[in-house]
Amino acid sequence: SFSREAQIFVEKFEGALGKGKGKKFYAYKVMMTKKWMKFQRDFENFKTACIPWEMKIKEIESHFGSSVASYFIFLRWMYGINMILFGLTFGLVMVPEALMGKPYGSLPRKTVPRAEEATAMNFATLWDFSGFAQYSVLFYGYYNNQRTIGWLKFRMPLSYFLVGVGSIGYSFMIVTRTMAKNANDDGGGDDTSFNFSWKMFTSWDYLIGNPETADNKFASITTSFKEAIVEEQESRKEENIHLTRFLRVLANFLALCTLAGSGYLIFFVVRRSQQFALEGLENYGWWERNEVNTVMSLLGMFCPTLFDVISSLENYHPRIALRWQLGRIFALFLGNLYTFIIALMDEINLKARYLLPFTLEEEKIVKYNMTIWEASLYNGTIPENSTAPPIQVDPADVPRGPCWETMVGQEFVRLTVSDMMTTYITILIGDFLRAVFVRFFNYCWCWDLEYGFPSYSEFDISGNVLGLIFNQGMIWMGSFYAPCLPAINVFRLHTSMYLQCWAVMCCNVPQERVFKASRSNNFYMAMLLFILFLSTLPAVYTIVSIPPSFDCGPFSGKTRMYEVISETLEHDFPSWFGKVFGYASNPGLILPFILLMVLSLYYLNATSKSYKEANLELKKKLQSVRIEN
Amino acid sequence: RLHGRYHEMAPNVVPMDYTKDPDVKLPMQLIINMPELKENPFKERIVASFSEDGEGSLSFNDFVDMFSVLSEMAPRELKAIYAFKIYDFNTDNFICKADLEKTLNKLTREELTAEEITLVCEKVIEEADMDGDGKLGFADFENMISKAPDFLRYYFKKK
Repeated sequence: SFSREAQIFVEKFEGALGKGKGKKFYAYKVMMTKKWMKFQRDFENFKTACIPWEMKIKEIESHFGSSVASYFIFLRWMYGINMILFGLTFGLVMVPEALMGKPYGSLPRKTVPRAEEATAMNFATLWDFSGFAQYSVLFYGYYNNQRTIGWLKFRMPLSYFLVGVGSIGYSFMIVTRTMAKNANDDGGGDDTSFNFSWKMFTSWDYLIGNPETADNKFASITTSFKEAIVEEQESRKEENIHLTRFLRVLANFLALCTLAGSGYLIFFVVRRSQQFALEGLENYGWWERNEVNTVMSLLGMFCPTLFDVISSLENYHPRIALRWQLGRIFALFLGNLYTFIIALMDEINLKARYLLPFTLEEEKIVKYNMTIWEASLYNGTIPENSTAPPIQVDPADVPRGPCWETMVGQEFVRLTVSDMMTTYITILIGDFLRAVFVRFFNYCWCWDLEYGFPSYSEFDISGNVLGLIFNQGMIWMGSFYAPCLPAINVFRLHTSMYLQCWAVMCCNVPQERVFKASRSNNFYMAMLLFILFLSTLPAVYTIVSIPPSFDCGPFSGKTRMYEVISETLEHDFPSWFGKVFGYASNPGLILPFILLMVLSLYYLNATSKSYKEANLELKKKLQSVRIEN
Repeated sequence: RLHGRYHEMAPNVVPMDYTKDPDVKLPMQLIINMPELKENPFKERIVASFSEDGEGSLSFNDFVDMFSVLSEMAPRELKAIYAFKIYDFNTDNFICKADLEKTLNKLTREELTAEEITLVCEKVIEEADMDGDGKLGFADFENMISKAPDFLRYYFKKK
């Protein structure tokens, strides 16, 4: 019967076989179609190959499931954002200053002070980001406050300010845009009427000829089946509603108790440390001195495990359980941070009341010292009412004012670097050494190391995701004071990707129950947005309320940092522009505008809800029509 | 070109000249070692379903048939017919539960537990069996495959 079909086929396509009329044109058409299809396929392959790390992530997805892969996709997305932030800070702040600003050593603020010169090049100092690293384009303090630099008349302070504000604005925009895009994707939904059948009959790719690809394909098919099985088991679960509800309420109650307990513990410990400080730290040993740090680290290590145990009461779908876990750990870290700050609040209040007049005092004192010092240079050589050429003084010898912005920037950089080191060492010891130990000592150990304790570690999704998010929060907070932070973070994410991909494939085992991550990742995005909001609060506060240091940075000499905008408006724009801006920033105009935005938000929300409902109705109709057929 | 491939698998058996229509068959072992089929978990079934004598030896005609069906130009209905034959391990013209279990084991290289396998096979029968006989006839299979988005993509073959 097949040869009959072949005969029909041949008769139909006579032209292509070189017989009948129009053969040349037909043959040409067929060849062009084939070439075009081949070109399209090659182009698709090329586009996929251009996405960085796509092969690595696909490999991880096939062995470990889509939830672990979603962490790496999130990491790659963060890398993209950090590249853009790096481009902004590097191209518009660091490079112009390095190329066109006054060179190192020309101004007091750009030179290592005489007192520190001896150690300025030591590795230990550089690792701590002091010495030469501190007096360079890497930190806020290096930048000069002249309005334009170089022959291009590049407006440095304006650029610094705009890059800072622009980075925050860009981050908000991209996070919100990604959330919106993910919400769109989710709305599609897929046709799951033949889910298992399709998986069984259409998942093997008949084009595979390479053994490694075949291995990955087998692993990915197995993982895909396992995920579908988990979904099916979850949907079949017989739930005793009352028992489940009771258990869930109990679990939440226990979680709240844990959070409250940890908060109280931190409060208690901080108060005790203040007590110790009052009585003099020399009387106490190592534990008392480092009590607060150790307690916070221990809480950070053990409470997540406790939450894990509590969540086994709740019997949720693994994806939902992961979200609860993430939410609780997030609340734990935030709660700890806030109790820490509140406990210190008294101390801060005291210090602030004393410090603020001190900093002003300190400024006056330093300025006074400088005038005296200058006078001493001219001492006796020149009469008072004549102008004399300034004496050449080495900038390293000029007394310096305090520069809190650089100090803040340095703290953030040190924190980021130490966090990076801790993560890498934890991976190497916690995962790699553990795997090596289990693998090689299994032969001479009393119980089976691979099945019992400690066995190979699983990939900790929640811990890693939260680490990534909090790290990004640090970057957002600190990049205004240290333009080098995005660069450090790009380096960190790049190495992190390779190290973690290797560690996962080499030392981890897949989880017991592999579940399909929701395609959207919107949960991670929501947490990221929240952290972004929290991190930008301090920077915005300092821009608006705190006077910049008088002796360093691009805003020195101004009473507030945002004055650079009004200065630019005065000098660089025609006068009517300034007037318009003045009118526009009138509260009488801004309040109605805000009201309008709130109303349009409400309206758009209502319309989107109604569209979703209409969508669901149509889907149901489609299903019933199909069943009828 | 296909003749060249057929010939080079067993040069001493396959004649270069086919005008006299000789009766030459190549055994299954040679065919499943071809690079296109080597990694395929269903290679034995593919060769068996194109073989006229059912034992797995392919004459040159069968060989050409096999590659035509697997090519891009073959129509969808034809591919569905042969896909059904491939997955029907006991050749009773129905894909029953045992066939499904064998397919699943080949696909996952036996990584799933027994209860997982049972669950999947039950689900497949539940989803695709329209006439309620507990196994998939060709009509059920065709109905399910025609709605699948991936089917045509993965059955393409480059020449």
